[in-house]
Order: sequence, then C-alpha cells, then structure tokens
Amino acid sequence: MFSGLREKVGQVLVPGDEFSLEVQETLSLTEPLKPEKVLLGPGLKRRGDRKLLVVKSGVLRHKQPHVFWVENHQRRYVPAKGETVIGIITVKSGDVFKLDFGGSEQASLSYLAFEGATKRNRPNVQVGDLVFAQFIVANQHMEPELVCVDSAGRANGLGVFGAGGLLFSVSLGLVRRLLRPRSDVLSDLQKLFPCELVVGMNGRLWVKASSVQQTLIICNLLQSCETMTTAQRQQLFRRAAQGAL
Amino acid sequence: MSDSKLSKNLLRMKFMQRGLDAETRKQLEEDERRIISDEHWYLDLPELRARENLILEEQSLVSCEDLKYGRFSFKGFNPEVEKLMVTMNPKEEEEERQEEEVSRMQTDVTDEEMALRYESLVGSMRKKFTRKKNQVSEEGDTERVSLKRDQASEEGDTKRVSLKRDQASEEGDTERVSRKRDQASEEGDTKRVFLKPQD
Repeated sequence: MFSGLREKVGQVLVPGDEFSLEVQETLSLTEPLKPEKVLLGPGLKRRGDRKLLVVKSGVLRHKQPHVFWVENHQRRYVPAKGETVIGIITVKSGDVFKLDFGGSEQASLSYLAFEGATKRNRPNVQVGDLVFAQFIVANQHMEPELVCVDSAGRANGLGVFGAGGLLFSVSLGLVRRLLRPRSDVLSDLQKLFPCELVVGMNGRLWVKASSVQQTLIICNLLQSCETMTTAQRQQLFRRAAQGAL
Repeated sequence: MSDSKLSKNLLRMKFMQRGLDAETRKQLEEDERRIISDEHWYLDLPELRARENLILEEQSLVSCEDLKYGRFSFKGFNPEVEKLMVTMNPKEEEEERQEEEVSRMQTDVTDEEMALRYESLVGSMRKKFTRKKNQVSEEGDTERVSLKRDQASEEGDTKRVSLKRDQASEEGDTERVSRKRDQASEEGDTKRVFLKPQD
C-alpha cells in the first residue's frame, strides 16, 4: 500500500513532503482483504485518514515489516516515553526531585520511584547527583516524569550511578549509533581500555576509566566520532590503543 | 420434614447441599446463574465495528531501531554492569541457536542411555510378573550383570538406594520382602526370592 513510501527509503526528505495511502487496485477473490498497518516513527506524522506528512528533514529509514522513520541530525532532546536518560538532580523538595535532562523543562522524579524505597526509607540522593532514569510521562501537555524502577519494582541498573567519571554531551545521532544492535563504534571502543560507559538518550554520555587520562581520551574519541568516516575512526582508535595519544 | 416447608435460602446452604448428588447440584447452580445473568443490563444496539486505524504513530526510537540497554562496561571494569548487559539486552538469534545445539548434544547422549536402560528395565519388569514356569534364567543373569555395572543415576539406582534404606517402596510390598534377604537386589533375584515362600 505504501509503495510510494517504500521507494523513498534511503532518500532525503524535507518537511512538507506528503504521501497518500493507495487503494488496492486488484482485489483477490480468494484471500480476505487484509489492511496493511504502518508504524510511523519520529519524523512522520499522520494527516487525516490516509495521508502522511514529513515533519523532519533527513533520510527515510525502514525496518521490516512496516516501520518507517526519518533519521536526522539533532542535538536538542525531546522526551519520549520509555527512553532512558541521564539527569542531574537540581532541586530536592519534599517528596519529589527535579531533574535537568536537557529538555525544555525539568522532569520530576518521585522519591518512591527507587528500588526498595518506602516513606520511612528514603533513597540517598543529593543535589548534583547523576541519575539514570526512564520516562513514564512524556508529552507536550504535561510535565515529564521519570522513574528509576521498572514496572515490577526492580532497579535493573537505573538510579544514581557512580562517583567520578566524566559527563559530556554529544548529538542524538551518535547516541543512536552507539546503542544500535551491531554498533561498530562500540565494538572499537570495547577493545581499548577497561572502562564503564552510561549512554543517555538525551545526548549525554558518562565515561569512567581507571585513570583520568584514559577517561579524557575516551571522551575525545567519542566526541570526534561524529564527524569522521569509518576509516578515519578506526585509524584513530588504533593510535589510541597503541598509546600514541 | 418435607422440602416444601423449608425455605429456598435454607435449601441453598452448603450443609443442605451435601446430601444431593452431583446432577441436582449442577441443575441448581445453572438455575442460579441464569437468574443472575438475566438481571444484568446490556445495550440493545446493533454491533458496531470500530474502524481500524491503519496508521500508528510512535514517538520513541527505541522500538524502531531496537536500541540496546544504555549501560556498558568493558573488560570487566564494573562486573555488576556486565551482568546487567547480559540480562537486559535481548538475546541475539545466533547465540540462541548455538545454545540449542549444545543442549541438543547433551540430550542426545542421555537419550541413548535412556533407550538402553529402558530395554533392560522392560525385560526385567516383564519377567517379574511371569510365573516361575515361564522364567528364563539366562536372561536374568545377563541383566543382573548389566544392571550392576551401570552406575549412572536412573530408576534402577534410585530403587537400589531406596531399597537399602528400607523406605516406602514405589512398587509395593513385594520388593520389601526380598529386600531383607538380598542387599544388592534387582528384578531377577527379587522375583526368584519372592516366589520361594509362595511355593
């Protein structure tokens, strides 16, 4: 049905491009008519009943069986439900913490949303701490809310994390490249030094290695990965592994 | 006291229903259910089928691109995070296939062993229940030897262990009689020992 959309996979689209749902020209009498569903990711919006509108400029991507989205370059993060981000605690007031995650307003995090937290047993969180949390409310009409616990009440790595290390910000595209299933940037990084890395989808990365110098090296490598081709990046990583940097 | 003098609610109580058989009980239950469902209100409208929306919107990229879990640890820097990486990330298909192959290899070996065990067990069980005239002593000897040699744990071993300890038997009192006479017992011997006093 969306053959027009399928043709454009891999091409650049600009906001304002429209695609319309086609009616099936040949109806088969033997098979029942199965309406084909389409899942639109970020960058594509529905307009009316059978039309699609592109709202971001970028490259159209496709995943089987019927997922489409537009991949673009962006540094500003817009919160979405279910995404894990790194936030910095700014205010600790009563029952709620306020976190800065780089969005248009601060998100709230209840003190009960930690593993094993009760009214008497409060979590040990101070202003300025780094928190790895997940959005449960994130839309344009309400204040975003974060939690550090999953639906079963387990932390699963969410919550306040590590002392030391370095927090820096990158573009959202690099974050997606790092978190992809078979990411080559990550596999190159794996071979370097022993280190710990926390990736927030709001474009924030936190790195900790055994020495300050190694931490800075990793930070610089990741920040320069954005503007390098694959060959350049691999050469740079090789130099870093040899200790030339 | 006849049934007509007792009230309906009294008859519906648990202690009055114990005397009834299953059929009447079911009948009463069905009648009750029918009365209750009749009292439910429902809308008498024609069936409306909601128009299925073909186009769904999704805000997050996590499901579009199958993004992984956000915490990483390399070369054992933080062992807890390494454990989290294993549990939180969806398992890849290749790894699953490899695990299946490994487990299949293990079960292949035990399947063959199971077949061997079963052969010997079936024969010995059959002999246990045949009369003294029909027993064939040679087969019993070889099976006794094979059973003695096999030390891997299966039903024979567990039986031997339980027999030694003289606990509640899986196969009834017949074996317990033989147990007292024979410590290293198995089906061939027990049958012969068991049949002696009956003759």
